[in-house]
Amino acid sequence: MMSTQPRLVEVRQNVLKQNDLLARELRRRFREAGVSVISLVSSPGSGKTAFLEKALTLLAPEARVAALVGDLATENDAARLARSGAPVRQITTGTICHLDAQMVEHALAGWSLEELDVLFIENVGNLVCPSSYDLGEDLRLVLLSVTEGEDKPLKYPTIFNTADVAVITKIDLAGAVEFDHATAHRNIQSVRPGMRVFEVSAKTGAGMDELLPLLSARPAESEKVLAG
Amino acid sequence: MSMVEMAEEESTRRGGVKVFAIHLKLGQLSGVVKDALLFSYEVACQGTALEGSQLIIEEVPVAVYCPNCRAESLLASLQRFCCGTCGALTSEVVRGKELEVVALEIQ
Repeated sequence: MMSTQPRLVEVRQNVLKQNDLLARELRRRFREAGVSVISLVSSPGSGKTAFLEKALTLLAPEARVAALVGDLATENDAARLARSGAPVRQITTGTICHLDAQMVEHALAGWSLEELDVLFIENVGNLVCPSSYDLGEDLRLVLLSVTEGEDKPLKYPTIFNTADVAVITKIDLAGAVEFDHATAHRNIQSVRPGMRVFEVSAKTGAGMDELLPLLSARPAESEKVLAG
Repeated sequence: MSMVEMAEEESTRRGGVKVFAIHLKLGQLSGVVKDALLFSYEVACQGTALEGSQLIIEEVPVAVYCPNCRAESLLASLQRFCCGTCGALTSEVVRGKELEVVALEIQ
């Protein structure tokens, strides 16, 4: 007689397997096309779009750059970034608080990756959910503005731990908000030992020069830039 | 939700057996909060073959590898990535990022 007792069967499957597979395929395509892909994560209002606008403008004379920007709603960011002259596409996620590999893949439709050197992907402003989703990027930048407080890394260790580089933004306001640089750096190192940290102001352009070589480097080179 | 779909597929593959529970490993660094997952699981199951099933979560603490001690240790705090033995900072995470279905309880 067959038992009606529940029995346990092993399955072992990563819940985000579909996303991981798709991200791996995207990464392969990016490498094959020779485009380096940089994603930006931060809380809402940290200055991702201003930073991106500055980076696109500074990189455009030397490299073929493009950007995908994620938001829950509106095409405002894409319109703003298009002023840099670079091709920009908006991904509106509706109610979803993060980008996933499939959204990136859909947004790339019709673009010839071979014609690009650097592709930026600006994630939805959120320091929680984006940490779980691989987008096929080579480099993940986490942005932290001086107005948010030095303890942000301690409050959101996961996103700092999954990012490669930290960028402290709005440093032109550091004096006004009495930003404690040493504490911020110490907190970042505490949740992500060895992390490279840059301080920039997209408004004045301060600190952007130090960061540009990393942004325009090919994936293999960026590892060297990070190591050095 | 992909977890529910995965369990439904497995159930169909085994001739439509009933699924009583999903066992999940959830790392502290997975970026997913246990309570949020439990709440959304119930919602995701509604109207599917998994309605009424249970989600059993095993939380996985973060373990790091220390190159100095050549050993793994559990992280005492997510706010400080360091070796549990010598205290040296390390970002080599060996466990704690899991978001993985490990088993199903079926009929």
